[in-house]
This record gives sequence, C-alpha cells and structure tokens, in this order.
Amino acid sequence: MSSLQATVNGQEASLSGVSAHTTMLDWLRDQGLTGAKEGCAEGECGACAVLVARPDADGGTTWTSINACLIPAACVDGQEVVTSEGLSATGRLHPVQEEMATRGGSQCGYCTPGFVCSMAAEFYRSDRCPAGSPPACGGHEGDAEHGPNGFDIHALSGNLCRCTGYRPIRDAAYAVGQASEDDPMAKRRSAPAPAAAATRFSGPDGDFVRPADLAEALTVLGERPDATLVAGSTDWGVDVNIKGVRSPLVVAIDRLSELRTFELPTGPLDTPQAGTQYIELGAALTLSEIERRLAGRVPLLEQLFPQFASRLIRNGATIGGNLGTSSPIGDMPPVLLALNAVLVLASARGEREVPLVDYFTGYRQSVRAADELIKAVRIPTPLAPITAFHKIAKRRFDDISSVAVGYAVDVQDGVVSRAAIGLGGIAATPIRARETESALIGRPWTAATVQHAANVLGGEGTPMDDHRASARYRTAMLEQSLLKLHAENPSLQEV
Amino acid sequence: MSQLSERPEKPAVGVKVPHESADLHVTGAALYTDDLVSRFPQLLHAYPVQAEHAHARVTSLRTEPALKVPGVVRVLTADDVPGVNDSGIHHDEPLFPTEVMYYGHAVCWVLGDTLEAARLGAKAVEVDYESLPSVVTIPDAIATDSYQGEQPTVARGDAAAGLARSTHVFSGTFESSGQEHFYIETQASIAQVDESGQVFIHSSTQHPTETQEVAAHVLGRSSSEVTVQCLRMGGGFGGKESQANGYAAIAALGATLTGRPVRVRLNRNQDITMTGKRPDFHSVWEAGFDDDGHLLALRVTMTVDGGWSLDLCQPVLSRALCHVDNAYWIPDIEVHGRIAKTNRTSHTAFRGFGGPQGMLVTENILGEVAPLLGLTGEEIRHRNFYQPGQLTPFGQPVRQIERLEKIWTQVLDEGRYVARRLEVEAFNRAHPHTKRGLAATPVKFGISFNLTAFNQAGALVLVYKDGSVLVNHGGTEMGQGLHTKMLQVAATALGLPLSSVRLAPTRTDKVPNTSATSASTGADLNGGAVKNACEQIRERLATVASGVLGVPPNDVRFVDGQVHGLGSSHEPLQWADLVKTAYFHRVQLSAAGYYRTEGLHWDNARFQGEPFKYFAYGAALAEVEVDGFTGAYRTRRVDIVHDAGDSMSPLVDLGQIEGGFVQGAGWLTLEDQRWDASNGPTRGRLTTQAASTYKLPSFSEMPEEFNVTMFANATEEGAVYGSKAVGEPPLMLAICVREALRNAAGAFGAEGATVHLGAPATAEAVFWALDTARAQAAPDKASVGAPTSAVPQPVMASNR
Repeated sequence: MSSLQATVNGQEASLSGVSAHTTMLDWLRDQGLTGAKEGCAEGECGACAVLVARPDADGGTTWTSINACLIPAACVDGQEVVTSEGLSATGRLHPVQEEMATRGGSQCGYCTPGFVCSMAAEFYRSDRCPAGSPPACGGHEGDAEHGPNGFDIHALSGNLCRCTGYRPIRDAAYAVGQASEDDPMAKRRSAPAPAAAATRFSGPDGDFVRPADLAEALTVLGERPDATLVAGSTDWGVDVNIKGVRSPLVVAIDRLSELRTFELPTGPLDTPQAGTQYIELGAALTLSEIERRLAGRVPLLEQLFPQFASRLIRNGATIGGNLGTSSPIGDMPPVLLALNAVLVLASARGEREVPLVDYFTGYRQSVRAADELIKAVRIPTPLAPITAFHKIAKRRFDDISSVAVGYAVDVQDGVVSRAAIGLGGIAATPIRARETESALIGRPWTAATVQHAANVLGGEGTPMDDHRASARYRTAMLEQSLLKLHAENPSLQEV
Repeated sequence: MSQLSERPEKPAVGVKVPHESADLHVTGAALYTDDLVSRFPQLLHAYPVQAEHAHARVTSLRTEPALKVPGVVRVLTADDVPGVNDSGIHHDEPLFPTEVMYYGHAVCWVLGDTLEAARLGAKAVEVDYESLPSVVTIPDAIATDSYQGEQPTVARGDAAAGLARSTHVFSGTFESSGQEHFYIETQASIAQVDESGQVFIHSSTQHPTETQEVAAHVLGRSSSEVTVQCLRMGGGFGGKESQANGYAAIAALGATLTGRPVRVRLNRNQDITMTGKRPDFHSVWEAGFDDDGHLLALRVTMTVDGGWSLDLCQPVLSRALCHVDNAYWIPDIEVHGRIAKTNRTSHTAFRGFGGPQGMLVTENILGEVAPLLGLTGEEIRHRNFYQPGQLTPFGQPVRQIERLEKIWTQVLDEGRYVARRLEVEAFNRAHPHTKRGLAATPVKFGISFNLTAFNQAGALVLVYKDGSVLVNHGGTEMGQGLHTKMLQVAATALGLPLSSVRLAPTRTDKVPNTSATSASTGADLNGGAVKNACEQIRERLATVASGVLGVPPNDVRFVDGQVHGLGSSHEPLQWADLVKTAYFHRVQLSAAGYYRTEGLHWDNARFQGEPFKYFAYGAALAEVEVDGFTGAYRTRRVDIVHDAGDSMSPLVDLGQIEGGFVQGAGWLTLEDQRWDASNGPTRGRLTTQAASTYKLPSFSEMPEEFNVTMFANATEEGAVYGSKAVGEPPLMLAICVREALRNAAGAFGAEGATVHLGAPATAEAVFWALDTARAQAAPDKASVGAPTSAVPQPVMASNR
C-alpha cells in the first residue's frame, strides 16, 4: 500500500499507513491539514467537507464537495483533493473565503472550512449563471433558493452552523462572483478528472479492493461473501465511525463504468415511444449526477432530489447504494416503487431483473445474494402525469423521513386509471400501498373517493413511535398526504 | 457620561470590523484544541467505558482484558486518583463513579497509543452492575420526591389574594424541553507535564480557572502547579462552562501517571450522551387577569431537571425565577423553584441560563390566554409592560424600561405590523390548507452574574519597547467575538489603530482567578479590566509625554497612534517613540488591569436585591406559514429591534443577535430531545444522540427575510464604552416564532379559541395544535390519528 498516493492541494500526499477503515478525514488531519473538522462523524454537519475532482458528463471535471468523514482514505488513491487550506494556497483568500470573512460568515469558525468548501464547489459549478443569463442556464437565478449570482443555497444544505443563524453565510454565498479566467481550479475543469485507480491492499483491520472492472468486482464478490460493498460509502462511514464496524473486506465499486450507464428512450417520457421503454440509471451514478443529467425530465425524481439528504451526501451517495442498504427509511424506494422501477442484479453467474416491489424482504434485507450487486435501475416509461413526493421530517433540509410517500397517478376522463403509491417509514421495509391503490383505481378522482382512500392509506403499514415521530402522527400523515395530493391537483377535481 | 462609558476621539470601539480570526477561520488555519494533536509526539488517546444503565452499582471492574489489547497503555480508575475523585465543585460528581447515575456514565477511561487501541481496550473492559431503580423524568422525580439543592422562592405581595381578586383565573401545567448545545467542536483537552512538573492543559473551556482548580484537586496539587490554556472554542453556549472540567482532569491525570501527553476528545455520541444540556422545566401555574387583560397575580411551582448532580442548576434556577416576569408588572406573585434529581446527564448552563425557561412560562400563559380575553398576543403583552419606577419581584428597579416602549413601537412600525396583520388575515381567508401567523414578543434580560462575587475580571496588558502591544485577559473566545471586542477596547484606550494591538490566548498563568466567560458578561467584565490596564499604561505615558509636549498630563491625547498635547505647538509624538522614551525613563510598560461591577448586591436567602447592573431590552416580530396537512412551517420574516447599548462591535453584535435568535428558534420549534422513559433495558438512554436524530436549525430554518436593527442612542452608563452585553438576550427574542406558530395553528379553527402548543413546537406539535383547532371548529375534520389530548389542557375558571 506504500504506492498509494493522492494529490492534495496540488502536492503529492502518500496514503501509506492508512488502513481499510481509515477515513479520508482522519488521513487528512494526520497530514497536518486540520482545517477539515469532525463535527458529527456521520455526514450530517459538513464540518469535514472537502473538494474532490470528479468526472463530469462531458469528459471534464467537476469540483465536487463531499464529507471526508464518510470516505475510506483508500478511495482517494490517485485522486485530487482540495481542502480549505488549498483554496488559499497562493497566500490570498479565495473569493468565497473573502466573502465569508468580511461579512461575518464565521463566528467560532469550526464549521467554516466545511462551509467554504461547499461554497467553492458551487462557485465552480459550470452551469451556475448570474441573473440575466440566457434561459439555457436553468432559470433559477434569484428565486427563493438561488442568489442573483445563480448560487443554489441547497449547495450548503449539508453544512450546519450553530453560531451565525446562517444569514451572513447566505449573503456571502449570494455575493460571490464568477471565477476569473486565470483561476487554476476553474481551468482544471476542462481537463478530465483522474481515473479511478485499481487499488488492493491488506491492512491490520481488513482488506480494501477497488476492482478495475465489473468482472473483477464480481469475482471478488463470488470469493468473499464477507465483503462490504461501498460506493458513496455514506453508510460505511456511519458504521465505521459510530458503530465501530470493521468489515473484513471493503470493495469500492463507485467508479466502475459498467455501473454508470445513463440511457433514456428517445422522445418525450410521458408518452409511449418506439424502442426502449425504460430509463436506465447505472447503480453507481451519484444522486447529484442523476439530478444534473435528468434535468427535470422525471418530475417525481426532480421533487425528490432537493429533499434527499444534502448536496454533500448526494454528491457521494449513489442510487444503487440507497437501494442496496435496504433501509426502510431511504427516500429513494418510495419514489422508485411509485415509478414501478426494476433492478438489474449482476453476479458472476449472470444478470437478472427484479421488480423493486419484490426486492425488499425484511428489515435491511433483500433478495440480493451475497455475490450479487445492483447494476442498474430501470424506470418504465411512459411516466404517469400526476406525481408527488411527500416527505415528513422535522427539518426541511437534510433530515431523515419519519414518513415518505411517492405517488404516480393517472386520471382519464375523471376516473383514476393508474395509481402506484410507495411508502417509507411505516414498516420494516419500503412498501407499496396496495389497498389504497385499489381504493382509487377505477373510481372518480373526487373528494369522496380521496377521503375514503385516505382513510385506507392511514391503515397501511405498521407505524411505530420513535424519536422522529409518534405512530399516530405517522398514521395521520399518511391520510393527510393523499388529501394534499388531491388538493394540489385541483384541475382534475370533480372532472 | 461616566468615565467607564465615555468614548474618546476616533475610538476603535463601535467600528464594524470582522472577527479577529476570520481569515484564519476561512482558510482552516485557526487552531482548536484537537488540532494540536500532531504537535505532541508520544500522545496517548483516551476512550471512556460508558455504562448502559440509568442507575446501577458497579460491583466489579476488571481492566486486565483491556491491558491485553495491543496498544493499550493504561486504564484510569478511581484507584488512580491521588487527590479528590470529583469533577465538579459541589463534591457531588465523582470523576470515576462506583454508582452509575445515568445511561452513558463513564466508569473508567482507557489510554492507548492510538484512538483505535483505546476504543478496543474500552470494549474489552469488563464491568458488572447491579441495577438500581431510576428516575428519568421530572414527573417521576416529583412523584418520588427526588430533589437536590435549595428550593428558593421569589415573592411579592399576596399571590393567593391576588388570584382571589382576579376576574379571570387560569391554570395549567407547562413543560419546556431541554436543548443540546451542539457546539460543533466537541469537548477536547490535551494535557502534558513539563520538565519542572508543571501540568499544562489545553482545554476547550469557557472557565479556565475552574478547569485548573478541578484538575488540581483531582491531582492533589495546588492551582499554581496547573496551567490551563484555551486557544479558542468551536462553540460553547454554556456547555463548556463547567462541563469541560472532568475531561481536562482525565487528560491531566493520564499525563501525570504515564509521563506522556494525553488527549481526551469526545466524539459526538459521547459528547451528547455524557454532557449536560439546557434542562427541561416543568411548571404548574395559576394566573389571574382582569377584564382588560392585566396580569394581576401569578403563582408558579417550577421544577428544573438538574440531572444526576447539581452542576450549575442552582444558579440556573435563580435566573429562571428572576426572569419569570420578563417585561411584565405582576403585582402579586409567588414562584417556587426546586431542582429535580434524575438519572440523566447533569444539566448545566446554556445561553440564557434559565432565563429563557423562566420567561417562557409567562409568555406561554399570555399566548394561551389572549384569545380567551379577546385580545391579540401583542395587546395583552403591551398592556402588561412594566412602567417606569416599578420593581421586579426581587426588588430591583426596572431601569430604562422606557426603552422597551420605544423598541416595541419601532419593531411594530418597521415590521408594518398593522398592515401585515390584515395581509395575514386576508391570506388565511383565501387559503384553506395554509395559514400564516404573526406575533411579537419582548425581552428584558438582567446582565451580571446573579452571584455578586463572580462580577470581577482581570487583564494583563504588555507594551514592548518597539511599541507593540499584547493583550491578555481572562475571558475565552467561543465565537462570540470577545477577543475582537477586547482588541477594540485596548486600541481605544491606548489611542492606537486596531492593527497595532495583538491578543494572546487565554491562560491561567497570565490572568488568575477568572470568572467563567458566561452570563453575557465577557465583554463588560474583561473589557473593564483591559481598559483599566491600558489606562494605567496610558497615564504613565502621558506623564512622559507631558514633559516633551509641554502640557499637563491631563491634556495629553492619544489618537490613532499619535500623541499630542492640547494647545501644544510641539509636533505630535509617534506612539512607538514615546514608548521607547518611557522605557529609558524607567517607566513600567505593562499593567495588570482589574474590574469589578459596582452597585450590585444580592441576598440569596430572601431572594431580594439588585443582582443586575442593567437590563438588556429587545423585541421581535415573526411571521410564519404553516401547512395544514403536515404542520410543517417556514419562517417568512423576522424583524428585530435590540438594545446592545452603543454597540462595541456592530458586526459582532449583529451576529450575536441573529445567531442567538436562530438558536432560540431551534430550542422552541425544532430541537426535540428524547429520552427513553420506558421500563425496557435502555431506560434512561438519550434516543437523540447524534446529528442524524437531533436536528439543529439549518438553512431551511433561517428567516427568509431577516431585519435586525440596533436600538439607537442607547448608551449604557454602567458598562465599558457605553455598550451592553449581547450574548444571551437575543435568544429569547425567538419566543415570537412559537407564538406566531400558535397563531397560525389557531387560524385553522374558530376565532377566540385558545391554542395549546408543545415546546418545542415541532411540525408534529404544530399539526396536533392545528388539528385540534380544526376539529373544534368542525368535528368532522378531525384527523384519523387525532389524540384525545395532545398536550396537557389548562383548566380555565372564572371568578365572575
């Protein structure tokens, strides 16, 4: 493992001495780069945020902010990293640092390096455009969650500050200009990101493998049923830091090109097309990548993304990972259940398709065999016209659902012709609300139908009391959710 | 104008400057205690063995298995303590307990070459427990008479008679939930022993002197043998006022026993499960009003959850009793206080120190009662404001109360209250599923430590021969901008540009016997001491300059690095030249400064006196929008007018106001601390022990429009350079957000109905409030999950 190394703030940095369970944060701090801090060790606070050079869809590089506390240091092999120290390597404050410093954006300063890195990633976002730019830029500028400079405040949704109350940080974010022409990090974007380096070593607390390709990954999985797969490693980091888990083997699959497919049927997605009848999303695509590349073409996913954890998490977490972990409170399953998604599972034995609704078998359990991995997610088209994602949580940004509901509904001539409802947070697995769907399909889309179906929905699953919500609130939220869907689609009422 | 408050020509105070460490913060160069780890070769890491019992006796502790783990160097237990086995000052909190008092209590600590070795060592320690009955809620404690400490009463007039005379009498029970500090930097200490045997501790502590004293008594050494330094903290908020002491003591003990530096840094789970919090309060109240909404009489029994040991809960309770009145004249009042002893973490200081919990009781009563008396929340509050000349229940004149009247008018004007009320009403009529609420609340908050002795401070100012200046003072920097202010004070007092003054980290061997940096007093006390030290030096230099300039010393002026004489034809002297001259005249160029707050007295037995130098005033107006389907809400707009005196550092003070407000809104509306009160195996466990389960405000809780104005022409004669303390008071401005949520929830029901709302008013609590309001107005609209009783229902009676 002595040959492992990365580029940090433009300097070569050796990864020698890291174990399979050393986090990137601990490694950086051991290098003397103590700007990144551990605030929570579970990807909630963002004090550990740093920038990594990740490939964009067009062969260039995106400066991507991630939580260093969640990533195995070994994953950085061959990669480029920039920390808060590196942003001011020239001896002058970086524009985001300048704005944060002069506007009162720091008080105790502990969260500040993380904020600065999240802010820098958004600063360098290539499609961030100031107000008045051509519509091709996205048209968000200056709305409630975007600055006049095109800054998306969601870029900071994974950073917590206990001191400032955020107003000066928002003002700093909305004041940064565009990168200057000679800004080396801006220039770096047009060259390809470093390729993933095949990595393999044994350490005192386990082995680490980054396979070169899918075939190697499947071979390893076939040989080692004790392997832990990581992609964004957002679960791995929590297991390692909080629960003290030390897996015998960590296998990193997030950069395998076979798991990074992105295919759309030609033509509009809401009407039947010739040819492929599904959208394919490679399991190792990050949620941010999917968000960017779909660009709103799947409205239900578009609703979900800003509510899914935080940008820092979405930059690392993959769609396959959110399903592979089989958590009953993941936000992706309710949506994908509503979309009737199908999973492609691969092993050395071959590939198979499993409808998502048949995938989960129990609390954090699924039909996936020890030697299988999720290769891709397929969403059948055409998409239903009425879709919604309702997430109930204590906090609007970056929280875990107490209840999540995904809807895909079609109403033809005033009658519900299609209804698929995915539920999270109310049973040991994500589930389909089958009885509610039956109470809707074939009936007129009226207040009476909806009130009846809402009562049925309130009886789905087995909600429980915990620190997030009471069982009775979860039940009420199921009921209210359908009433809300109806209230928010008034044009279809009483047709 | 007093000499203390008077500002000279071109003062550095009052200038809007960024935090003195802002550039270091943003580049990651600012160092915190745990960032020093790589500077200590041979460092050992400490890891606690936490008991998984709410209450239990340790019947045996076997450390040998831990010592077999590679890299484990030593296990620290009670047997290792050469001095007093206690991490506090009341001798009720053993550092190494034989009786586990709360779930997560550390029974011993393992030292390892690496953190991983220490962690695995801690896992290997074998402990046997004998489980004991536990008390985990305030109602449990009340039922079993489980109390600790004194039970003070603040009273005036005759509450019983006042209630009997009142036309409307209401009663109820109100509970406010605790709050986790969630400083982003967890507790951290590094200790080492130098060649002379001196113990040096880097600690993230708000109270270096007490950290020094506790470490010394644990080690069985004198205070002079222990030095504590605090570089800066990554947030404190009261959570490092007393709570840092035990961890520093562990590090110091480990360092003295092994001869190697020892690091104690809690991870987030350890920090949340081991350290005390803002305590829960439980209040049983009766309040009497006349037809016009005047609050005539109030009787409250207030129980604070002290947790397993007293810690700071006695003074927290005092401050709660001293703030139950908030801004209101209550002629007949009687408030009893008591401290529950429970099997929870030992609760402690948190920004406001009981003041918020005290005033929330009365604010909650006013919010519940206003609609029943046909008044808006703003009317009932305004009608009850103190008038000039009136006294608090503890006998202190409410000076400058006229400021509150002006502030109230200003915030309602600037917030367009009258027009926006109509807009909100119109919006609510047009939107069946979404309602808005608007509410304003005032704050009156007493500044000074309740305990008079703490109101003193020291400083050490050093001027070197080259004219450079180094300031030491006893206060600690936790983000509140104290060091920035102290630099501004020193520059002002010496007549120097701000850039000419440097500040050294807080250390107990520079300034001894300091008070905690808390109670918002950091700038008042330490500022007084720094000013005093600088003025001693300035006076000596004035004497030297007087000879050169040919004017009396009193006519020498120090402005912007230059020294000139009034009416002197002599060219101004440069500061550095004057310093050099003074040195050769053998004039002392350093000074120890001292300050004590004058005019304070407090009789704790009678609960009467004038414990506060002055009151800080403020008012805020909030508008929220609530979703009727879920109870989810957003804060659309907040307007604040706050009295920071003549602000010493406007950017810093603005940050304190905004940050305090959002932190208060977090406590009141979002942060939801949950303990396992079941009889299961994890009884007493804090179930919200991580950032993933305990939610602090994020960007989504920031008011979308946030207007903060500092009350103008606000000189405070009794404080340094006319400023006022600003750390705590703004937190309580956030009570208006909860009241606005109450109003929005009420808008789903019929007019004139009371709305009971939990504290914190989480989305779930707001949902039940609005669902109840909706159901009362139209019973068929009740939700399927509707509880029979969401929160304890107050009883209403009428004497009419």
